[in-house]
Amino acid sequence: MRLNLRPAIALVALLSLAACATTGTDTETEAEGPAPFASTYTPAPSVPTLIRNATVFDGKGAEFANTDVLMRDGRIVAVGQNLSAEGATVIDATGRFVTPGIIDAHSHLGVYPSPSINATSDGNELTQPNTAEVWAEHSVWPQDPGFLRAVAGGITTLHVLPGSGNLFGGRGVTLRPVLGATTVQEMKFPGAPQSLKMACGENPARVYGSRNSSPATGMGNVAGYRQAFANAARYARRLRNAEEGNGDPPDRDLEMETLAGVINGDIILQWHCYRADEMANAIQVAHEFDFEIAAFHHAVESYKIADLLREEGICSAMWADWWGFKIEAYDGIRENIAFVDAAGACAIVHSDSEVGIQRLNQEAAKAMADGRRAGLEITRAQAWTWLSRNPARALHIDDETGTLEAGRRADVVIWSADPLSSYAVAERVFIDGAEIYTRGTERDPPSDFELGQTYTRERAQ
Amino acid sequence: MRTTLAALVLAAALATPAAAETVLINNGRIVTNGAGGIIENGDVLIVDGRITAVGANITAPRGARVIEANGAFVTPGGFAAMSEVGLSEISGSGAPNDADIDGDLISAAADAGRAFNPNVTAIPVTRIEGVTRAAIAPSANGSIFDGRGALVSMSGEADSVFRERAFMVVELGETGAGRTGGSRAALWPAFEAALRDAREYPARYRSGQGGAVLNEIDAQALQPYARGQGFFLVNIESAADIRRLIRFQRANPSLRFVIHGGAEAWQVADELAAARIPVILDPLANLPDRFERLSARLDNAAILHRAGVRFAIAPGPGSVDAHQARLVLQLAGNAVANGLPWDVAFAAVSRTPAEIFGASNLGRLERNYIADVVIWDGDPLQVTSAPTAVFIEGVEQSLTSRQTQLRDRYNPRTRQH
Repeated sequence: MRLNLRPAIALVALLSLAACATTGTDTETEAEGPAPFASTYTPAPSVPTLIRNATVFDGKGAEFANTDVLMRDGRIVAVGQNLSAEGATVIDATGRFVTPGIIDAHSHLGVYPSPSINATSDGNELTQPNTAEVWAEHSVWPQDPGFLRAVAGGITTLHVLPGSGNLFGGRGVTLRPVLGATTVQEMKFPGAPQSLKMACGENPARVYGSRNSSPATGMGNVAGYRQAFANAARYARRLRNAEEGNGDPPDRDLEMETLAGVINGDIILQWHCYRADEMANAIQVAHEFDFEIAAFHHAVESYKIADLLREEGICSAMWADWWGFKIEAYDGIRENIAFVDAAGACAIVHSDSEVGIQRLNQEAAKAMADGRRAGLEITRAQAWTWLSRNPARALHIDDETGTLEAGRRADVVIWSADPLSSYAVAERVFIDGAEIYTRGTERDPPSDFELGQTYTRERAQ
Repeated sequence: MRTTLAALVLAAALATPAAAETVLINNGRIVTNGAGGIIENGDVLIVDGRITAVGANITAPRGARVIEANGAFVTPGGFAAMSEVGLSEISGSGAPNDADIDGDLISAAADAGRAFNPNVTAIPVTRIEGVTRAAIAPSANGSIFDGRGALVSMSGEADSVFRERAFMVVELGETGAGRTGGSRAALWPAFEAALRDAREYPARYRSGQGGAVLNEIDAQALQPYARGQGFFLVNIESAADIRRLIRFQRANPSLRFVIHGGAEAWQVADELAAARIPVILDPLANLPDRFERLSARLDNAAILHRAGVRFAIAPGPGSVDAHQARLVLQLAGNAVANGLPWDVAFAAVSRTPAEIFGASNLGRLERNYIADVVIWDGDPLQVTSAPTAVFIEGVEQSLTSRQTQLRDRYNPRTRQH
């Protein structure tokens, strides 16, 4: 799943990465210094912590009984039995379960925050079919009370995307749920690439068709993708030529910058697509213009083309059981995630919901149980890969998080019980080794919005 | 095993007309939902669609089919206390959707029971997850009245609607205010005027005076509820709105109300208990996503239980849909995770809805109750569990759905590559 930069453009990619080392996303940074909107995230203070005697899912598919996890300086140091660490804070996790934090590859927290009113509905610049120039992070409201709820559900990383009403919705951003953050830059996952959100199917055709403009149909959608990438390929070529001393660079065009970033691999592609046939068409577009698709999102029919998705190295970010709310979701089955996994393709449990993000572990549990009833052998630790390692892959942050390997960021959750259960709750949540949530110690809510509400007053009593 | 047998099971289901048999379920963990509590190693006898005996060591009558439960959970069928199941095959995409009523031609007179289709594919999808009954209601946009709800079975049979016009849905919160010019200041006078129109039906219409806010057809439909002969299902969330409703009910003691939503009910739990107003609540509602839900929290159900409020569990207003009625059991499991005792949570998706909706012969495994019975492969409130057998009124149901057919067609374990 790692980027496979083609030699002809590798130099450009390296140059642009060097120009914005903090975010690694912009293709066009004119001035020296940090890229605009660079991450200012700093981990919360942490102490060396030894979690003792837990049942551990390592995020890579293995389960270990009576095992310890040692974190120091924000990183996983070791996972094993009878670890010792002088000076470390020891947590007795006997009877508890320890997992990598959950990564939600598809969230709209911050861009469709609570409270949901017209003024806060900030997630989709539905003014034309291609708004690749907009960035979701510029709509993220860090005070969204949903971030706290997500953390309480074991979320340690989330990818916030624009909506799916147009062909090119704009850039998505990978965030830490930093409680109490006052700027989105404080939440940006360091080094995580931005994404481009694209959309197949009914949504763009409905939105623009009802305005009597293109796209109004599935074929209009595909024509829209192809024309835009044809234009972007020319833009990328002129940029490259200019950097090699051949001619002037094109006038800066933010929409083209995003699409060129996809072509040169700086920006990863997250593509909303329900139906198998439409995913196959999308793959053809990617081949024609020589770019990669990181993941199809919603992907209700991935089970029909699981082998193709494995061969293409494309992840599927899926719900466990949503179906029927529109015709492109009609063929949803409860075994979709398990069948994609069984084919050897990359399966992800995603939420697309401020409610669902709070209990993605239960969604994985459903998919695991239904897969087993269909005759597949799926361990609970394997099911956990759908929640941590695989979404980390789709977001190109798997070198940093998603597993409990030594050297990875210490994004860790201690669960009250087997987390593939309806009754388990996240008791303690660590991000970069710092305990950012402890159940039962909630005081004032971190969101300024919630201060003064009756909920808060009741708590104060 | 299930996948390889699926085709045979389907064939058998098609070949055999639905018939109530005599069935003895042996040696289960019997959740009676009644005075018997949970009976370990108990038996349930089903005869002619009714439960005729529950207890230990029941002898099988001659000719009875005996099912060995081997200690598995045996429960009453689930009851989705609010759903749109049967009102659309596909809710969006411009597909026909009988759950949504546009315009103001008909408001209070809308009648969900007359829109219900027992052949939608969502019904087998729902029942194979152990939900055998649902309360359904339409959703309007032109009036504070969404219309009359019905009680339905998930049997898929022609007689699935077992109680028509069981309740009247009225919006008395933010949504209702949105339909009366945007303000509750207009909402309550509009509601009162509608009640007056209904009580004075037909006189004021025959006299030519007409209704103040309702047309003749809607006034006629509203009349029994305005006279206390049926209950209002009130969509409200905030503590302030709930207090208003309690005061209104005190001033109009003949009227009967059930709250749907009640995200802030925990703040007025004692008052609700005293007023004996039941609540249908969503245990996942914990976000301040609407201004009427700013103080929503996950332990709403547990707090109401401690205060003695009767409540059922179902998706809240705005979350009710036509396809996921099966998820009420997951909602109940999450209430357990947030402090509600298991037996109360299970009752809140089985017995309590039956009681609230007046279906007094459903929701328990006790003698003379209708035999909606489910045998499970695990704890029914766990998302990992599923039924191994589902009976509706004593008839064992097929465990095949359109989804299981798709599953079997694409199962990588059995599919030819």
